[in-house]
Amino acid sequence: MGAIPYILEVPQTGGAMINLKVNGKDRSFDGDPDMPLLWYLRDILGLTGTKFGCGISLCGSCTVHQNGEAIRSCTTSMKEVAGAEITTIEGIAPMHPVQKAWMEIKVPQCGYCQTGQIMQAIALLKDNKNPSDHDIDTVMAANLCRCGTYQRIRAAIHQAAKEIA
Amino acid sequence: MKLIENVSRRGFLTGALATGAFVLGAKVVRNHFLVEHAEAAAGVFQPDIFLAIAGDGTVTIVAHRSEMGCGSRTALPLVVADELDADWSKVKIDQAIGDPKYGDQDTDGSHSVRSFFDQMRQVGATGRVMLISAAAAQWNVSPKDCTTGPHFVVHTASGKKLGYGELAAAAAKLPVPKKEDVPLKKRSEWRYIGKDSNALFDLPDIVTGKAVFGMDAAVPGMVYASIEHPPVLGQKIASYDDKPALKVPGVQKTLTLETVTPPHLFKPLGGVAVIADNTWAAFQGRKALKIQWSSSPNQSYNSAEYRKTLETTSRQPGKVVRSVGDVDAAFAKGGKIIEAEYYTPHLAHASMEPPVAVVDYNGGKPLAWAPTQNPQAVQDTLAAVLGIKKEDVTCHVPLLGGGFGRKSKPDQVAEAAVLSKQLGKPVKVVWSREDDIRFDYFHSVAAMYMKAAIGADGKPTAWLQRTVYPPIASTFDPNAKYADDEMGLGWNNLPFDIPNQRAENGPADYHVRIGWLRSVANIYHAFAIHCFADELAHNASQDSVQYLLNLIGPPRIIDLGLKGDEAEEAKRFPLDTARYRRVVEIVAEKSGWGKRPMGKGHGMGIAAHRSFLTYVATVVEVEVDNKGELHIPNVWTAVDCGTVVAPDNVRNQFEGAAVFGASLALYGEITATNGAINQSNFGDYQIVRMNKAPRKIEVHIVESDAPPAGVGEPGAPPFAPALYNAVFAATGKRVRELPLSKTKLV
Repeated sequence: MGAIPYILEVPQTGGAMINLKVNGKDRSFDGDPDMPLLWYLRDILGLTGTKFGCGISLCGSCTVHQNGEAIRSCTTSMKEVAGAEITTIEGIAPMHPVQKAWMEIKVPQCGYCQTGQIMQAIALLKDNKNPSDHDIDTVMAANLCRCGTYQRIRAAIHQAAKEIA
Repeated sequence: MKLIENVSRRGFLTGALATGAFVLGAKVVRNHFLVEHAEAAAGVFQPDIFLAIAGDGTVTIVAHRSEMGCGSRTALPLVVADELDADWSKVKIDQAIGDPKYGDQDTDGSHSVRSFFDQMRQVGATGRVMLISAAAAQWNVSPKDCTTGPHFVVHTASGKKLGYGELAAAAAKLPVPKKEDVPLKKRSEWRYIGKDSNALFDLPDIVTGKAVFGMDAAVPGMVYASIEHPPVLGQKIASYDDKPALKVPGVQKTLTLETVTPPHLFKPLGGVAVIADNTWAAFQGRKALKIQWSSSPNQSYNSAEYRKTLETTSRQPGKVVRSVGDVDAAFAKGGKIIEAEYYTPHLAHASMEPPVAVVDYNGGKPLAWAPTQNPQAVQDTLAAVLGIKKEDVTCHVPLLGGGFGRKSKPDQVAEAAVLSKQLGKPVKVVWSREDDIRFDYFHSVAAMYMKAAIGADGKPTAWLQRTVYPPIASTFDPNAKYADDEMGLGWNNLPFDIPNQRAENGPADYHVRIGWLRSVANIYHAFAIHCFADELAHNASQDSVQYLLNLIGPPRIIDLGLKGDEAEEAKRFPLDTARYRRVVEIVAEKSGWGKRPMGKGHGMGIAAHRSFLTYVATVVEVEVDNKGELHIPNVWTAVDCGTVVAPDNVRNQFEGAAVFGASLALYGEITATNGAINQSNFGDYQIVRMNKAPRKIEVHIVESDAPPAGVGEPGAPPFAPALYNAVFAATGKRVRELPLSKTKLV
């Protein structure tokens, strides 16, 4: 299937302007300040690498970075990210050691949750350069994978940690 | 009629496949029996798959099956590329739209590689022979003196070489050789098949977020829709107030959808749709809707009561679906009789990507972008709900964010189509997770009754098994009460060496839409059979693995007395107890069965089940602490799925199946109260997380020259019984219902 064009413009609703940075670019938004960041990224900016999975922070498919920390964009409202620097999977320069490890270990099956997993793993390795299995499980338990690739995710995080070190 | 044709000069190729390219089309059908039939019946050649080689050497292979994570979008082109002797780095994959010309596109039943392996080899090998002919003609030598390397033809004596791209134009002018003049590679010559050198084609796009899933589809001018469905199947809108919804910023309007009537098929469920500028506004608008629903007979559905109904039926004689010897006479002889009952609840699929679709009605020639396992079902369904012709529906298939059978049912695509027609613009229907869980085509709730007469050696002399559940057929025929089409899923094919055996099926009524979920009825059938087998082993004071091998009996081919398609399939894939025994023996050896010390609260269990023609044995190890908390440190699985195309992907599928099995065995339960589903999201319908999933899963693939069999599904069924048997070994608790979380282990 060929590339699908995205809608990049929506009518503005005249609310107070929210300014933020997404993947290094200045953005402003004057829509519903309660709109979760997820839908701003996906429906308005067309950054569809961030996925919708549950809408209530239970699956981690929507994980992005706010000022370098992993957050769930499905329950983080636009007003909460005013002035923030947001990084999505599209803002990670390929191939990041985590992405490389994901490729080498051949982690994905369907792949839908994997961008969220990768964003969570990058944040994990920023905080903890040499995580144990237990450290990985504790953090990554927040990210669901219905295909069941957990064992490979764990192995890929260990491998990425070695490469980053 | 030829099965492969040179279609380079035909006008219908577009885009990547256009002009100057060498293109092969092939008539693809599911098995040899049908090939002959198609040859005799078809008057006009209809190319089903395409292989194209452009002047720059780029090879384009059309993937006609959907990719939901099982890897067939990579595996089948890999087979073509191998026989073509192509360089995989120069291969591009083009995803087919839905079209009957591709034959069966319903990507379920674990049969993509199984059904298309031989044909894909033939297509690739035919291309290779034609490229050799083109080069030989140019060099004025015999094709016999030429061979190929990756992406080139070489004249062996002189060492002259021409790349595939350089030969494309000449090869395009050649006639297609007869099948007997097309040698296939020897297995030892395979470059890609059976090797681990290649990853999923979409892997780089997946890890960088560029991969386009159904959820990511968008077209200009599109609006977003979220639909409040009737909470109970069949409820109609009595009245509704959309004024508060229309005040939500971004909400454009509301539209009503007619409530579905049986047969439910893949028709829209009905309800009120909120149309908005974006997904969030549509969701918020929905929350503000006020709807009164009419009553529905399905409001009588309460899971606790329904369970009693199923169990009562399971204790009565049912329809006999297989009978060997005389079970009644054996039971009448008396002696030791053992009975047990098993129960498994409804399950929801819960793919990470909820159902979603974009449809542009496009003046009666609709264009759909949908994560569907079955784009032809999208064509059929849209044609039915819109009153148009099937061939006027174009269904594009992006990647699927999981499928597990849910996405064979395109009801959400039908919703988008109906709304787009009313609005006169493209519509994206997005289901929330709550919609996904509550309005699934549920995996059936089931009750099984088992009875065995035990001989002096501890082995059964008679075995009776009875299964009762609302059948998948009820989704297509509201009067269907028996699961005739599901008996082949682990019920009419018990591979045990027991002289008297009978399998029965009792009737059951549906109250929700019933559908197929990864490995389908095999889940509850394997659960009952292998938990019961373990109970008998324990009762006989025998080792579970040895007992299971005794049940399977000596190596032999079992004639199941199948008819029709199943009989044809059995010719190519006979039920071979030697293969069955081998996976049991391998998994016992790899797991250190009987050799590892097991302290209190620590145990291993085994189950072995053949489904989708693949033999699988699984050993699960559990640790139960003094609080009753359960951990799964190890799982071993031995798999004989015949010839393997992509071994690492096969390992990944079976690792995933253990996790899928753990989810359903530990937590999976959908229940209804007064017809409405009680669960709604990952909080109350849990999927196993990394910290609770099996810690280490080892997959051992049996080397085999047998034809390829299923991979996506067969790993799931043995997991739950192996886990439960391990729980018994660890705790002495014999639990007979799913999920395990309902039972306190200490």
